[in-house]
Parts: sequence; structure tokens; C-alpha cells
Amino acid sequence: MTPNPAALSPAELRARADAASAHLPGLILSAERLAAMVAPGAHGLRRAGPGEDFWQYRPAHPGDTARSIDWRRSARSDAQYVRDREAQTAQSIGLWVSAGQGMGYGGGADRPTKGHRAQVLALALAMVLLRGGEKVGLLGQPARAGRVQADRIAEAFAMAATAADDSDAPTPDLLRPNRRLVILSDFLTDPAWVQALLARAGALGVRGVLMQVLDPDEENFPYSGAVVFRSLSGRVRHDSRDAAGLRQAYLTRLAERRDWLRAQADGAGWHFGHHSTDHAPAVALGWLYRVLGG
Amino acid sequence: MLVLGPLGFAAPWVLTALIALPILWLILRAMPPSPRRVAFPGVALLLGLTDKRPEARRTPWWLLLLRLLAIAALILAFAGPVWKPVVQGPASGPLLVVMDAGWSAAPDWAARQTRAERALTEAAAQGRPAALLLADGQADPGPLRFAPADTLLAGLRAAQPVSWPTTLPEDPQAALAEIPEGRLSALWLADGLDHPNRTGWLSALSARGPVTVVPPQRALRVLSLHDGDTPSLTLTATDDGAPGILAIGPDPQGIERELARLVPGEGVSDSGILTRPVAIDLPPELRNRVTRFQIEGETHAGAVVLADDRVKRRKVGLVGDADRQAEGQQLLSQLYYLRRALAPTTDLVEGGLGDVLSTAPDVIIVADQVEMAEVGELAEWVNEGGLLIRFAGPRMAAFDRLIDEPLLPVMLRQGGRDIGGALSWGDPRGLAPFAGDGVFAGLRAPDDVAVRAQLMAQPAPDLTDRTIAALSDNTPLVTRDRLGQGQVVLFHVTANAEWSSLPLSGLFVEMLDRLIATARVSPADEAADDRDQPFWTPEMVLDGFGRAAPAEGLAPVPATDLAQGPGVGRPAGIYAAGDRRVALNAAGPLALATWPGATVESAAQTAGRDLKGLLIAAAALILALDALGSAALARGGRVAAMLLVATFGMTGTRADAQDLKPELMRAADEVALAYVETGDDEVDQTSYEGLRGLSLSLRQRTSVEPGEPVAIDLDRDELSVLTFLYWPVTADQSPPSPQAYLRLNHFLRSGGMILFDTRDGDVAGVGGPDMSEALRSLAAPLEIPPLAPVPEDHVLTRSFYLLGDFPGRWKGNPVWVEAPPAGAEAAEGVPFRQLNDGVSPVVIGANSWAEAWAVDDNGFPTFPIGRGWEGEQQREMAYRFGINLMMYVLTGNYKSDQVHVPALLDRLRVEEELGP
Repeated sequence: MTPNPAALSPAELRARADAASAHLPGLILSAERLAAMVAPGAHGLRRAGPGEDFWQYRPAHPGDTARSIDWRRSARSDAQYVRDREAQTAQSIGLWVSAGQGMGYGGGADRPTKGHRAQVLALALAMVLLRGGEKVGLLGQPARAGRVQADRIAEAFAMAATAADDSDAPTPDLLRPNRRLVILSDFLTDPAWVQALLARAGALGVRGVLMQVLDPDEENFPYSGAVVFRSLSGRVRHDSRDAAGLRQAYLTRLAERRDWLRAQADGAGWHFGHHSTDHAPAVALGWLYRVLGG
Repeated sequence: MLVLGPLGFAAPWVLTALIALPILWLILRAMPPSPRRVAFPGVALLLGLTDKRPEARRTPWWLLLLRLLAIAALILAFAGPVWKPVVQGPASGPLLVVMDAGWSAAPDWAARQTRAERALTEAAAQGRPAALLLADGQADPGPLRFAPADTLLAGLRAAQPVSWPTTLPEDPQAALAEIPEGRLSALWLADGLDHPNRTGWLSALSARGPVTVVPPQRALRVLSLHDGDTPSLTLTATDDGAPGILAIGPDPQGIERELARLVPGEGVSDSGILTRPVAIDLPPELRNRVTRFQIEGETHAGAVVLADDRVKRRKVGLVGDADRQAEGQQLLSQLYYLRRALAPTTDLVEGGLGDVLSTAPDVIIVADQVEMAEVGELAEWVNEGGLLIRFAGPRMAAFDRLIDEPLLPVMLRQGGRDIGGALSWGDPRGLAPFAGDGVFAGLRAPDDVAVRAQLMAQPAPDLTDRTIAALSDNTPLVTRDRLGQGQVVLFHVTANAEWSSLPLSGLFVEMLDRLIATARVSPADEAADDRDQPFWTPEMVLDGFGRAAPAEGLAPVPATDLAQGPGVGRPAGIYAAGDRRVALNAAGPLALATWPGATVESAAQTAGRDLKGLLIAAAALILALDALGSAALARGGRVAAMLLVATFGMTGTRADAQDLKPELMRAADEVALAYVETGDDEVDQTSYEGLRGLSLSLRQRTSVEPGEPVAIDLDRDELSVLTFLYWPVTADQSPPSPQAYLRLNHFLRSGGMILFDTRDGDVAGVGGPDMSEALRSLAAPLEIPPLAPVPEDHVLTRSFYLLGDFPGRWKGNPVWVEAPPAGAEAAEGVPFRQLNDGVSPVVIGANSWAEAWAVDDNGFPTFPIGRGWEGEQQREMAYRFGINLMMYVLTGNYKSDQVHVPALLDRLRVEEELGP
């Protein structure tokens, strides 16, 4: 895996994400389907179980090991006591940012590339979640809690290699039950993988968000005259002698694509949103905060 | 060749391609410009869409015009256009190329070769037979052999000018006996001078066909030595330039360099040839060192005058009373003063008059002698051009037949006079100012020179004419008279301080130098030597370009031949016979050649200007403009602007004037030690640490307190502020630039020192890789004197510590310094010789001193040495060597100057005894 030279350095990425997420309080995901969760986290369950916080002292039963007896408490009376802790769970969030060549596109010098914007968004979201005590990780990597995890994610972004192809898709096999998933991509290439992913997610009880990140040039199509359109990997090209005449057809297709994605998301209980890189990232982050916390 | 007005075309048929231009116009016009290329990730959404109104775009007219212009320029270029071509009639007969090949052809030899080559190539193309006559006198006698022209090219390219005048074969008719059929055309590459047989050849060639003469392209300037009373140079030139004359010889370090620059005087013009005298106005010390005079910027043997005995030291015979042996009385001897005044600039011969005469001196000085035994021979010698200088004295004053004494410039009165003595009135007399046009013109008479006694001259009408220096009362001090070809000079005072204080002043030396400079050089000498030495052996010869070469494969030359000047078998150079050396100089009198009946080719009409390159360049430029224009169309002007900026931005960032790095200013301030950056980080770090360790020791033990060591980049840094440079030699070090070597040489000359360390003392000499090759290549351009291993009594062994060896991290390897002068002898009672007056500019060794000196940041040694205590002892010795070296660099031979040590010790002993 070679570092992507165009990528931001971890420190820079982290600084930007910090700025984007500064005004949001820690996000605690609504606790649903928590009954069977085993991993401890910030969500107190008001009953004894594995966790960090003190819950109660109770007399030792047969079957408790000698190690579990709280000797300080037991010394104050004749009976032996065991210290119980409050059972806690945590939600795990998986993040996935497309590494397709298309994400490297930035229409103007004043705008970041889509990939950078998507990474900033993902990292800012991770920080907000980590502040709330959730476990966050990139899809396919273990989800962990704690501030250090934000650094790991930032580093992973910085080291991420760009895919050779225009498109990039997450592997449905990496999905784990009862997690949340945030997908950031431009969804401009063939979106068949979305369908498969959502089907698998539905089966595993995974819910999440699809976020389309686009450049304003892709939203407005400001071209005219004779133009050869070429994808960033150079594998797909389209010759046009009259680009201005194509605008309407292109915009229609883009709207159709969005409608399709929204329909897919709604059908699986997911959310779909889109973001343009000339808008402030905080807007998109606010939306993500809302749909994930709600 | 097609000629249209001033324009000619070598390949006119290519021009037919111009017809294709209108067709090209149509094709290019129909071709649309290339579309813009846009990277767009959303292209997947575009697939399958069709254009509603496809735009038809045409290439703009100006772009079309540019392209057509470019193609037209290319077509014209390949048609071989020539501006004002020389149209030569088709020649068919054989071609003879005559090349003057004496030294006078050397300045533009390459151009001559090119011209001859062109002629031969053309002849080869036309299938004409050709012959090449190199007029260097070395051609085979017999008729010229004609051959296919291209077989002569190799011989032409290998030909070199010779250092004697152009020599043509004597009999043109015999040489031209075997000309093939056809009209002979001749091309004569002349050197512009007239030579023997030249007119004969010209008429012989003119009779057989057209003769084209190519005159020299540069003015010829030659330098010759004018023998006379005072040798001087003559600059003869065919133009009126006044180049400087360089006097070249070894400097005190024994390195050949320019010693002085002479400026030619006003010239006399005679039929196109300008002759300027050049006085050799140099101090005798400098003049004796000159080995050659050379016209600045001229590269031929005629511009070089090799200096031989004629411009060198005069031989002066001293005749007088033998020295009184006791040391205290030496100061009373007349000869003592003369010896001291003359020894630095002349060769002295002492003895009786007969002995002195037999050594054929240039000048004889006779101090206070009358009734000399060999006066007849002496008079004969003076008649033949000798210079006799006599000094008065008590014996002459007391001589009663002084009026009859021969070989005196004026008649003298007996007895002389005393002025300023105890029994006489008046004060001692000072000197009158010297006449402005006399031999002493320009000398200043010091006020404190006083004459107490002198010999008086008999009044005579020509007395004032003969007086060349007088006292303030106009009585003569020095008189001179010509006698035959020679002259007799009389000082009316003694040569010691008895009669006057003149011998004590610097004026005395200057007066003698002036007089001796007027002496002719051993006039009778040569004839005698010619008899004894019938053959002269060449020692060093010049080639046609005036470069010195060892004399190899040359036979000794009979003296009679040598008198005829340089020629075949006796190139210009230095010839030796016995102890005598004589220079044979190339230049002779110049005579310009005229060419009646021949076509003289002028430089302007030689070839015509070839326009092909220009046109191709223009086409390339137009195509570049076309690329810019196309880019502007496709990318909306941004790329074009960028290209334009890049093109004009490339005109270069101006280098700022060199200013001194603050680091170097600090180095100059603190006597910081400096090392050369080799580019190998490890070695550089070691050098830094080593010099830091040495600086630390110096601060602790001596009053030298150097600052932090300085790294020197030879290519950029100014060295003049440094005193010491440590240069570790690595195998893959790239040699510094020529400018850096200039700076380094200047650094060495101005008293700097370089310590070369090959750092291979552990492996050198056992057959492993060593650095001597790298060292040799790095140091080759440096002006390094002859080297020798440090002798046992070198100052380096005792400048601070007493050392026997100079170990570094390794030991037992020789350390090399400037070789001691031959013949240095230890004075009695002193354990060492008086060596090197100067400081050796380099010290070379292999002991890896920096590694021994190196300390880390905490002051601990970085590298281990040897084993245990012994190794530490060696490190201590390495530091001692470093301190001795720095003392040597900073104080020079101060410690060598210890002849007075016994006296100082004696005084100490006395003070000790006197003390409490």
C-alpha cells in the first residue's frame, strides 16, 4: 500500500475535521437492538454486567471465584461481597469512503477534491462519535473507542491508496451484525453494488447512511463546444461536438441516479443525502449528526 | 546552382515542392482543431448521449498561415540557399594546394586547414587529381606526386606548422615536372610574408594555370630580441595593435608564471610594417629569472623570444687588493662593498687582472690600482666593447705619474683634495642632482651622502661632457669616456667608506646597476666558444605554436648553421654547448609578400553565407508559435500563457555578486580551522570533529584560540580569509572547478597551507586500494613545489613540541612537505640546517589525522587508536603534530631562526650568575 501523494497528511486532515466538528456535541447513537450486545460501551443498561461503573455490592454466591470477591468491602462484615458493575454497551460505527479515481476530482483550485472532502467529513463524524464514547472504525478494521482512534483513522486515510479504477465499492462480506455504516462516495459509476450491499445489510440488521459527495462542476455541467470527456482513470471517454447541448440530458440522468439511490436507501431503512464540495462541510456533518442520532 | 539575384540555391529542384503549398492550405483548412480535453468523473452518465447540434469549427487563418510559413521555410532550407554565393567556374585540371607551414602560419592554422580541406573535398567530388605542398622544407625532393584528392586529407589534418620560416622547395620546375593532363589550378594558403623562392614558384604556377591566393586572416605580430649594449625587444606587427609583452619565468617557488608585463613604446611604420621598441625595464632579480618573453594573446613561435645569456646576468670581474683576512678589517676593503652591491644581480669573478680577463667578463671593476701589469690586454678588451669601471683611492692619489696613467676617462691631478677634514676649510660636499638625460637619470641623490675626499680632474674643455655625476660644487664624481667600442668609467672616490659615505647608501648599488646594464654582453666570447664548441645540442625546442617541447630526435647543430637562424633540423629553441646556452628565436625581419598575376581571395567572398541553418531555425520557431497558438485555442489561453512565461522566465536567474558567507567572516575573525567538504557525509563529519578536537587542544595548550571549524565548499567559498585547510582525499571526490583551482593557487601563494590526508595509512603500500591516484588527480592543477619526506631537522619537528614522527590514527607513513633546497648545510654548532625560507604550502600524508583528533560533543575521542595506553600515547602525539602544524602555519619559519640560541643561552647563564 503506497501513500497517496495527493492525500492530506494525518495532522492536516485531523485539523480540518476538528474545525468541522467543533460545534457539535458528542453524539450518542440511539440505542436500539442493544439487548444482545456484548461489547461494553457508554450505554448504561441499569443492570449488573460487564462495564466500567460501580453498580452494587452483593453477597457472594457459590460459584463466584475468589478473585471476584471485593475484600475491602468484605472486611467490614463477616459475609463476602462481590462488586458488580453496571452493564454497558457501545454502538459500533463503520465508515467507508470511496477511493475510486473519480474521487480525486476537484473542479477548481478553490475547492478541495471530492475525496478530501469525504475524508474530512468521515473523520469529523468519527470524532463526534468518539466524543460520545462510541466505537468507530473504518469498514473492515476493528472499531475502537477513545480519542486515539481518530488519529488511527486519520492515518489510515492518509495512507489510503487510490483505486486503479474509476469506481470503488465496499465488500458486503465485511459487514458485521448490529452495526451502523456510513458510506461516502460520488455514486457516479455503475451503482449496482449499492443494491447488493443494502440487501446484505438488511439481513444483518445493519443500518446506515449513503452520502453522495459531488463537485459543483458535476452538478451544473458548465461545458460547451467540442469537448472530449475523459474519466480520471482514462478508461471511459465520451466525445462531444456540442457539450452545451448535453447539459439537460446529463442533469436529468444525475437526478434519476439520486432518485434511485434515495429509493434504495428508504427501502432498506437507510438514509440518503448529498453534498457539494462548494458548501461548508459543517452542513453535511450536521445532517449526518441528525440522521444518525435520530 | 540556381542563382536568383544575391541568392543562390544548391538544390533548386527541391523548390518545386512549393507548388504543394496551396493544396496543403486546403487540407489544413478542412481539418478541425483538436477538441478540448476535460477530465470529468461523471462521464459514465454521458455515455450514449448524442450531440444535438455538432459544431463545425475551422482552423483560424493565422494558424494556417503559420503552418504554411513553417513548411515554406523548410522547403527553402532544404533547397540549400546561399547568400551571395561564389560561383566558381567548373575546373577540371589537377589541383595543387600550397600551404605555407612556417611559424607565421600558426595563428590561424585551423582556418587554413579547413580552407585546404574544402578545396580538396571539392576536387575529390569533381574527380580531379590533387597534390599538397607543405612549405615546411621537409618535403621529399623530387617532383610532386598527384593523387586522388581524398587520399590527401589525412595528411592535411595531421600537418602542423613548424617553428622556422616557411621554406619552399628550391626548384619549382623540377617539382612540377609530373603534372597530370589538364590545366593546373593552384590554391596558395599564404602566410603573408615574403620567402626565398616564392616569386619563382608564383611565376611557375601562373604559367601553368590560375593561382588563387588565400591571404592570412589575422595580422601577424612578432617579437625579436635586439642585441646591443642593452638588450631590448622589438615588436614588429602588420597592424597597429599594441599588445602587452609578458615576461614569463619561474617565481620564487619555482613555478612558471607571468613575472611582468612590458608595454611597447611608440612605433615606426615602414611600408605596412609597424616596429615598436620594447625596453626590458625590469629589476635585475626579475630579469635574471625570465625564461621567455611572449606577446600576449599570440600563439605562434614568432611571438616568443626565449631568454638566454644575453638578457641574463652580467659577468663582472673584480680586481683589487686581496681582502684583509681579519673580520674586523673587512669593512675597510673596497672589494667588500663592491661584492655586496653586485653579488645579488651579477656573477662575480675575482682575482688578478690577468685571471679576470681570461674569463671574458662583461664588466671589469678595478679598485684603486695603478700601473697594472696587463694594461695592454685590458685596453684591447675595452676597445672591443668591454666596460671598465675604476675607483680612485689613496694609492692613485699618491701616484706621482698619474698624468701618464692610461685607461682613465679624464686627466687627473695628483694628490686629490680633502674637504671637511680636520685641517681643511669647508664642509663635506653633497651630490648635485643627476642630469635628466644621463645614465643616472631618475636616480635621487640622498641628502646624507657626503664626500670628504676626491681626485680632481685636470680642467679640460670636454670635462663637463665626460662628467656623468658631480658634486654640489660641480667637481666631477663620476666620469666616463668611450674607448673604441667600449667605455671607461671612473669613480673619483673610493669604493669603501673612507672618502665618502656613497658606498654606504643604496644609491651606490643603483648607480652600479645602471652602469653595468650599459655593458655589452661578452663581445669577444662567442668567437672563442665557436672554436671550442663546433656543435650545439638542442635542449628545448618550440613548435610552430610557440609551445615548448623536449628536444627529441634532433641532431646537434653546427655553430655555423646556428648563425643562420632557425631552419629545417634546427627549430627555434634553446641550444647548449658546454656551459653556454643560446636561444634560437623564430622571428626574423618581416617582409610583406605581393602577388602579381594571382587572384587574391578576400575573406568576404570566401564562401557566401549559408542560409540553411537560419531557415530551419525560423521554421522551428514558427512551429513553436503554432504549438502555442494551438494550445491557446484548446485550453483557453492559460497553457499558452504558462508556456510564454516559462520561455521568458528561463532567461535565467541572475547570480548575485559574490559576498562573503558570515561563516567565513567568523573564520577570519577567530582563526578557525577549515576543512574541504568531500561530499561524503561521514568523512565530512569526521573532519569537523577532528578539527574541533584539535581546536580544543590548541585552546588548552597554546595561545592560539581557534573557533568552531568551518566547512569549505571549494566551488563557492572565498579562500583568501583562511590560513589552513584540511583536505581529506576520497576516491569518488569530484575535482573542483577551474575557478576553484585559481582560488586555491592564490590561497597557496598568499601563504595558506593545505594538509592533504589520504587516510589510508593502514592499507597503503600493502597492495590494497590507495588514494594516491585520487590525490594526484585532485592536486595536479595546484602549484605545488617539489616535495620530499619531512627531513629530520625540519621546522615542523620543533615548532612547538619536539617530534620525531607524525602519527595520526595510523603511523609510520612518510609525511611529505616542500623539498629543502639543494645544498643547504648545517652551520657549525647548530644541530639543524637553515631550511626553507618559506612555509611549505602543502603537507601530504596518509595518517588519517582527523580521526585521531576527532572528539564528540562531550569531548571524548570518537575513534579508537591502537590498543590501550600505547594507543592513547599515539593520540597524544597526533595532537602534538597538529599543534606543531598550526604553529608552523601561523608562525612560519620563526623557530628555524635559532642561530642565536647559543648566544641567548650564554646571556641567560650570565644573568643567572649575576642574579641572587
